[in-house]
Amino acid sequence: MGSIRRSQHIKCTPEKAWEIIGDPSRLHEWFPIVSCRVEGAKRWIHLANGLVFEEDIVLVDNSMRRFQYTIVNNPIVTQHLGTVDVIDDGRGECIAIYSTDMKPNVLALGIGAAANHGLTKVKKILEGTL
Amino acid sequence: MGRRILFITTDQQRFDSLGCNGGTIARTPNIDALARNGINYTRAHPQNVVCMPSRSTMVTGQHPSTHGVWMNGVALSPDAPSIAATLRSAGYKTALVGKAHFEPLLDPFQLFAETRMAANNVFTEMYTLPDGTMVPHRGFDHMEFATHGAQGSVHYAQWIRQNHPEALGQFFTVLDHELEVSAVGGGDTNAPQVKFNEVHREWYHTDWVADRTMAWLDSLDVNDDWFCWMSFPDPHHPWDPPKSELGRVNWRDLDLPEGYPTDATMRENILAQKPAHWAKWYDGSFVSNYEAPLHWVPATLTPDQVREVNAMTHIENELIDEAIGRVLKMIETKGWTSDVDIVFTTDHGEFQGDFGLLFKGPYHVDSLMRLPMIWKPAPSANVTPAVVTAPVGLVSLAATFASIAGLPTPDYVEAPALPLSDADAQTRGFERVLTEWDSILFEKIIGSRTIHRDGWTCTQMLPGTLHDGTEGELYDHANDPLQHVNLWNDSQHKAIRGDLLADLRSAMPQQVLPLRPVDAPV
Repeated sequence: MGSIRRSQHIKCTPEKAWEIIGDPSRLHEWFPIVSCRVEGAKRWIHLANGLVFEEDIVLVDNSMRRFQYTIVNNPIVTQHLGTVDVIDDGRGECIAIYSTDMKPNVLALGIGAAANHGLTKVKKILEGTL
Repeated sequence: MGRRILFITTDQQRFDSLGCNGGTIARTPNIDALARNGINYTRAHPQNVVCMPSRSTMVTGQHPSTHGVWMNGVALSPDAPSIAATLRSAGYKTALVGKAHFEPLLDPFQLFAETRMAANNVFTEMYTLPDGTMVPHRGFDHMEFATHGAQGSVHYAQWIRQNHPEALGQFFTVLDHELEVSAVGGGDTNAPQVKFNEVHREWYHTDWVADRTMAWLDSLDVNDDWFCWMSFPDPHHPWDPPKSELGRVNWRDLDLPEGYPTDATMRENILAQKPAHWAKWYDGSFVSNYEAPLHWVPATLTPDQVREVNAMTHIENELIDEAIGRVLKMIETKGWTSDVDIVFTTDHGEFQGDFGLLFKGPYHVDSLMRLPMIWKPAPSANVTPAVVTAPVGLVSLAATFASIAGLPTPDYVEAPALPLSDADAQTRGFERVLTEWDSILFEKIIGSRTIHRDGWTCTQMLPGTLHDGTEGELYDHANDPLQHVNLWNDSQHKAIRGDLLADLRSAMPQQVLPLRPVDAPV
């Protein structure tokens, strides 16, 4: 199993961060994809290289601020669970954490790179430095 | 007008592959002529034995600990220093044609400029420096990429798809369905990563790199100063040269390499003397790094497979030499020859059967570390041809290019320009060369630091998955040129080991922390 975790401390309240990070339809605002579409518990994300990933939304827990999804019907990905958490840092600000566990193992590294890129961008958005 | 620079690199080429270095199979007359008329370095080492860290050292003049590309899959920062940018600031036109690999090849989200340029079929991408200045990516006016085969987001793959789509399926498929480096065998012997490739020779990436290099050179004004990095993806695996060329070397005619112990027990005894990751890779119980196929066990390698891989490699090296010959002819036609410096080298070596192994990894022996390196200064510089036996590294290339251009040594480099002779090397303190390895692939952690000095290679393993930091390797090249006898634990060699380790610790740059993220396996 390929397992990665990327995180960013963000100088804003967890509630404010969760507004964008916890909304599955706003992924394209911060994650390095071209667009996304949500229908019920399904999401399709479109990459710049033309690839489309179909996903099942597994969990949107607004109280715990945890979002989980899994890539499905994909010819390469045989196992996947993505988790995005927004955690109160105890000082009125938050930490956003993006984790992925998947097979093929090595694809987790590419998603980790995208997560790093996305978390850096969402930090700038929320801190008003973009 | 100043001295122009043609920088030629190959990928994963051994020192002994060239006629000028004792090679007797591949015919390499053009490279041999460079050596004969220039400076041939017979102890040149990379600062890391895989592509991305090694290539990042070439362009930055820094060790991996400093430039931060500590393993394959870690991208060189876009604002890292670049000798191309330095030369461009001095008025040089700059290009890189062929394999760059400062950034991950596996980049599905197009996070990196190399991927984006190829995807958009453009040849430069502007980058904003912290002071707001806009510069081309890494200082190259023109970047046109190729890699091993016709897959992925590189210009060569785009070119094949657009012009010769029928050739797409002819190349070896580098990754398997798990996106691991493929262990599929082929050829006559079912050797891993060998395939009979029906692609026309003229469409193969070696000739394409030469063609595109000449096209860029032809676009220049005859009075321009230029720095052109022509970077061949071969002879790196897969071993799938055009089938039309296989008659050049019949694998059945080849002797086994000197470094291949034919007796299995002897191989195992040699590996047992080395730190544990050697034998554990050989028997398939621990594949530490992505550069070797996960599902291939070196112990299964047969003598005939060694012969066939070597034959394929020799063929690829001949094609490279011929491609270089075409480019040199074009330079001559342009009237540039007397003012062109040519530097030829590679990023790291290849086992090609040594110790019963193929590919590469955390193994700091001559198979992977001793590189061909030749500098033929421009005839107008009147430099006397020489053979330099002193240890030098790829880390000296950036300063060398600056010196050719008449520029001061850039403040970012960590090694001086290459010496012109052994006397020059002695005067300027070329005593040692360093090589680093770090890899963390999920739960497998390997690290080592190596020094080569006075005919000794000494490697200290760092604490990791298999090692506690007390293990290492010590080889006496004068008495053990194949590095079969590890003297690390030999009490008679305790003093030289201690001296080399002290020198290593003193000379090795401190690693810049935190480590940059691993964004891909390669």
